[in-house]
Amino acid sequence: MSDKPLISTRDLSVHFPLRGGGLFGPKPVVRAVEGVNIDIPKGHFFGIVGESGSGKTTLGRALLRAAPITRGDVDYDDGEVQYDLPNINDKELKDYRTRAQLIFQDPYAALSPRMTVRDIIAEPLEVMGLTKSKQETDERVREIAAKCRLNLEHLRRFPHAFSGGQRQRISIARALVSRPRFVVADESVAALDVSIQADVLNLLKEIQHEMGLTFMFISHDLSVVAHVCDHVAVMYLGRLVESAPTRELFAAPRHPYTKALLSAIPSLDPDDRGKAEKLEGEIPSPTNPPPGCKFQTRCRFAQDHCRKVEPKLEQSGSEHAVACHRWQELMESQALETT
Amino acid sequence: MTDTTAINANADQGLKEAYFTAGQGQLIWTRFKKQKAAMVGVMVLVVLILSGLFAPFLTPYTPTIAGRDSGYQNGAPQIPKFWDENGFSARPFIYTPSRERSAATNFRWVTTVDRDARRYMTFFPKGDKYKLFGISGSRHLFGVDEGKIHLFGTDGGGKDIFSRTFHAINTSLAVGTIGVFIAFFMALIIGGISGYYGGWIDSILQMITDAVRTIPAIPLFMALSAFIPIEWSAEARFLFISMILGFIGWPTLARRVRTHLLTERNQEYVLAAQLCGASPSHIIRKHLLPSFTSYIIVDLVISFPYMVLSETALSFIGLGLKDPVNSLGVMLQSVTSADVLLNYQWYFIPVIFFITLVLAFVFVGDGLRDAADPYGDTKK
Amino acid sequence: MSRLLDVNNLTLQFDTDEGRITAVDDVSFSLEAGEVMGLVGESGSGKSVTAKSIMKLNPGNAIYSDDTKVTLHLESGPVDVMSLNTSTELQVIRGGAISMIFQEPMASFAPAISIGDQMVEQLLIHTDMNSKRAKEVSIEMLDRVGISDASTRFKQFAFELSGGMRQRAMIAMALSTKPKLLIADEPTTALDVTIQAQVIDLMKDLVTEFGMGIIFITHDLGVIAQTADKVAVMYLGRLVEQGPVRDVLRNPSHPYTRGLLDALPNLDDLDTPLSPVPGDIPSPLERPPGCVFHTRCSEFIEGRCNVDTPVFSDINENHRAACHLHTPAGGAK
Repeated sequence: MSDKPLISTRDLSVHFPLRGGGLFGPKPVVRAVEGVNIDIPKGHFFGIVGESGSGKTTLGRALLRAAPITRGDVDYDDGEVQYDLPNINDKELKDYRTRAQLIFQDPYAALSPRMTVRDIIAEPLEVMGLTKSKQETDERVREIAAKCRLNLEHLRRFPHAFSGGQRQRISIARALVSRPRFVVADESVAALDVSIQADVLNLLKEIQHEMGLTFMFISHDLSVVAHVCDHVAVMYLGRLVESAPTRELFAAPRHPYTKALLSAIPSLDPDDRGKAEKLEGEIPSPTNPPPGCKFQTRCRFAQDHCRKVEPKLEQSGSEHAVACHRWQELMESQALETT
Repeated sequence: MTDTTAINANADQGLKEAYFTAGQGQLIWTRFKKQKAAMVGVMVLVVLILSGLFAPFLTPYTPTIAGRDSGYQNGAPQIPKFWDENGFSARPFIYTPSRERSAATNFRWVTTVDRDARRYMTFFPKGDKYKLFGISGSRHLFGVDEGKIHLFGTDGGGKDIFSRTFHAINTSLAVGTIGVFIAFFMALIIGGISGYYGGWIDSILQMITDAVRTIPAIPLFMALSAFIPIEWSAEARFLFISMILGFIGWPTLARRVRTHLLTERNQEYVLAAQLCGASPSHIIRKHLLPSFTSYIIVDLVISFPYMVLSETALSFIGLGLKDPVNSLGVMLQSVTSADVLLNYQWYFIPVIFFITLVLAFVFVGDGLRDAADPYGDTKK
Repeated sequence: MSRLLDVNNLTLQFDTDEGRITAVDDVSFSLEAGEVMGLVGESGSGKSVTAKSIMKLNPGNAIYSDDTKVTLHLESGPVDVMSLNTSTELQVIRGGAISMIFQEPMASFAPAISIGDQMVEQLLIHTDMNSKRAKEVSIEMLDRVGISDASTRFKQFAFELSGGMRQRAMIAMALSTKPKLLIADEPTTALDVTIQAQVIDLMKDLVTEFGMGIIFITHDLGVIAQTADKVAVMYLGRLVEQGPVRDVLRNPSHPYTRGLLDALPNLDDLDTPLSPVPGDIPSPLERPPGCVFHTRCSEFIEGRCNVDTPVFSDINENHRAACHLHTPAGGAK
C-alpha cells in the first residue's frame, strides 16, 4: 500500500439549484455538501455517518461522479491511473466507472424486475465491454456470484424470487463484477433484517480483504459503522464535523453532535432507560442553514461566538479532526466532572 | 393446520422454480388467466376479430349494392330449419318469400312466405367474387340452392344485413387499429421525448399536448368532415377518419407514457445502469421500454373501444363513413328512423355485435390492467 | 392492573395467487392496562398482521381460523372482536377503544385536509364532543406531544411538517380519543436516531399519563429495551418466546432470540466479529415443517425439530419459550 490516498477531496461542495424562487435575484440553492476535505486511504473501510439531510449520500454520489461537483478538487489515484474527477473527460469517465461502483440501499429498487439475475450481474460487463465473449461473461458472473455466496442455479431466476438479503448479495455481485477498486456502499444494510444484516456486513468485509477494495460505507447506524469501519467521518448539514479512527471516535468523541448521536442509540439494557443525553429539535433545512456553526441551534454548549463564526475542521490529533470552537474546553470540563 | 402447511411447503418444486424463473410477462399472463370475465372477453374478441377478417368468406354476399337482393327489400331474417309440418330434412332449409303490392295490400309491399317451396342450404357454394388477403375467391361458407338467404334479414336496398354486419366489424376494427397506431406512435415519440429529457422540452411538449386536449372533439369532427371533398372515394374517407381519430387520441396516451417514464427514469436500477456507463440508448432499450410495454399494451387495448366508439359516433351523426361503406357506425345510423323501430327490428342485430365488441375490449383491457398492475391488487 | 386484551389461538391465512399463505400461526398473548408489550420480529414474521388482526384491519382475503379468539376488556364489558362484522360494530374498536400509529405518518394523514381538521373529525365521530370542544382538545393534544405553537400547526397540512413533527402529530391524533389500547407499528423506524430518542421519551411519558396498554411493534431490540415491559418474539408467524423484557433480553431462551441479540452490533465490544443468524428467512410459500426456525437453527435436532412443532414451556414464572431444547420429553439435550 502506498501512502497516497485513493480518494482525496479538497473543499468539495455540491449545490443543487432549487426550482422557483424569485424572478429576480439569486436562485435558492441547497448546499448538500459544503467544503468537505477527506482522504480515503487505499484498502480502508471508510465510514460516513449522519442523519437524513446530512449530505452523506450526495457526497458518495459526487465521488462517483453521479452528482455534479460545484466546487473543489477530487483526486483519484489507484496506482495505475490518476483522475482529476471534476475535470474528467468522457473516455476517462468510462474507465473510472469500471473502477468505482455503488451498492444501493434498497435491494428491491436497485434490481430491474425484468432481467434475470444473470443478466443483472452481467450488465456492467456488457455495457463496459470488459469481456469478449458470452462464455467469458458467464465465467465472470459465476465467479463473482460464488464469491457473494449466491446459488449458481438461481442465476436463471428473476429478482422477485429472492428475499432482501439475497437481493442485496445480488446487488453486491453486480457492483463488484467489473473488479472495481473503490466501492461506495450507501446504507447498504439499512433495509435488511437484523439477522441478515450481520451476514451482509461480514460478506463485505470478507470481499474487501479478498479483493483489496477500498470502501466508503455510508450509514446512519453508528453501531454498524463501529463494527466494520476503520475510520469514521461524521457529517451534519453538509459539513464534516468530526473525523477519526473508529476506536478513537467511539471511545472519546469530541464534537457535541457526535456525543449526542452516540447517546441516542437505544441501549439493549432495560435498566439504562432515560440516561441518554437528549438532543432537542431537528436538523435545519439545508436551503436555509443557520449562521455560524451549523449545529448551534441544537447544541447545549452554543455561545455567541458559535452563532456567528463557523468553526473549521481542525486537526486535533494525528488522525483526529473536529470542527467545534469549544471542544477542548468541553473535554476538560468533562474530565473534571468525572474525576 | 400444520398438515396443510407441511403439504404447502412440500408442494411441487418444479412449479415453484417455474414461478421463480417466470418473467414479468409470464406473471401477468398467470394473473390474467385467473380472471373469468377477461378470459371470456378474449375468446369473444378472438371470434369477432376472426369473423371480421374472414367476413368475405363467412358471409354469403357482397355487402354493397352489387350483392343486393332486389326481390327481398326490408326483408325479415330467415331462420334455417330442419323440420316443419311438411317433414324432416337433414339439410337445413328456408322458405321462398314472395312480395306483392296491390290494391288488396293497400299498395304496400307485403311479403308472404311459401312454406311449400323450400330452399335448401348449401355449403361452400360459388357466389360473389371477393378478395381475401390478396387471394381472390368466390366460395362462401354457406348459401342456398335457389335465390338468396338472409339470416339477419335485409335493409331497404335489399342488402344482406348478415353480410354487412361482418364486413362492418372488419371496417370498424381497421379504423380503430389505424387510429390507435397513429395515436400510439405519436404518444410514444412525444411522451417519450418529454419524459426522458424533461426540463424545458417537457414543458413545451406538455403545453402542446394540453392544447390538443382542449380541442372539443365534435366541432372539430364537424369542421373536418365539411372539409372532406364529396368526390373522395369511400377508401380515402375511411383513411382520413382513421387519421383524425389517431390525431385526436394521442394526448392521453402521451401523458401516460411521459408520467411512466418520469417515474421509471428515477428508479435506482436505472441509476445503477448509468453508473456502469450505459448510454441513453442502452437504458431506453434495456430498461425503460421493457418497463412499460405491459402498460402500453393495456393502454392500447383500453383505448381501442374508444376509437371504435368515436368512429361509430362520427358515422352515426353522419360525419364519418357513408352508407356504401359498411361500418358499425353506419349500421347504427340506419336504426334511427321510427319506421325501423316499428317495422324492421332486425336492423338492431348489428347493434348487439357492436355492444359485444366494445364490452369484450373493455373486459380484456380491465383484466390486463389488473394483471399488469400489482398495486391495484386488493390481495396484497 | 386489570386485564385489557386477550388474544387466543390467533391463526390467519391469506389467499393469494401463489397459494394460501399462513401469516400468523396459533399466537396467544395477553396485555394488562398500562402495560407496554414489545412485539419483535423481522420482515415476514407476521408482527404487523397480528396487530392488525386485533382491529380486524386485514384485507378481504384474510381467513381467520375458527378457534381464533380476540377479547378486549372494556369498562362496558368484554368485546369479542372476531364477532364484529359491520363497520358500525367495528367503530367501537377502530379509532375508539384502539388507536394505531404507523411507521410512515405521511401515509396516515389525508394530504388535502389539515391536521387539525382530521383530528376534529375523528373526535366528532368517536366522542360526543361538539366541534368547539373537539378543537380545544386537539390543540391541547398537539401541545402535549411537544409540538410548539400548536394552534398554528393545527391549520397546517401533513406535508408542511418534518418527519419527527408528523410522527408527533400522528401520536396526538391517535391519543386524542383516549384509547384503551394503542398499537404502534414501527413508529420510530423511519426517524433519525436523535428524533427516535425524542419520540420514545414522549411515548413513555404518555403511557404513565394515560395508563393505556401499548403494543409496540418493532424489529429493533434496542427500542424494545428502552420502552417495553414485556416482549413477544415472532418468527414466520409463530411466537417463539415471550416474557418480561429483562428476562428475555438477559436470558434469551430461544435460539432465534439469542441469534437476534448476537447479530446486533454491540458498541461496547468492537472486537468480536458479528455473528449472523445463518441462512435466509424462508419465503412464506416455503414454510418449514416442525419448528419454523429449524432451517437456520444452530442447535437443530434432526428428527425432532423438523417434525414436531414445539409448544411453549416455562423458563420461569412469566418467561416462556417454544423450543424443543426446553421440553423434557425428547431429552436430547
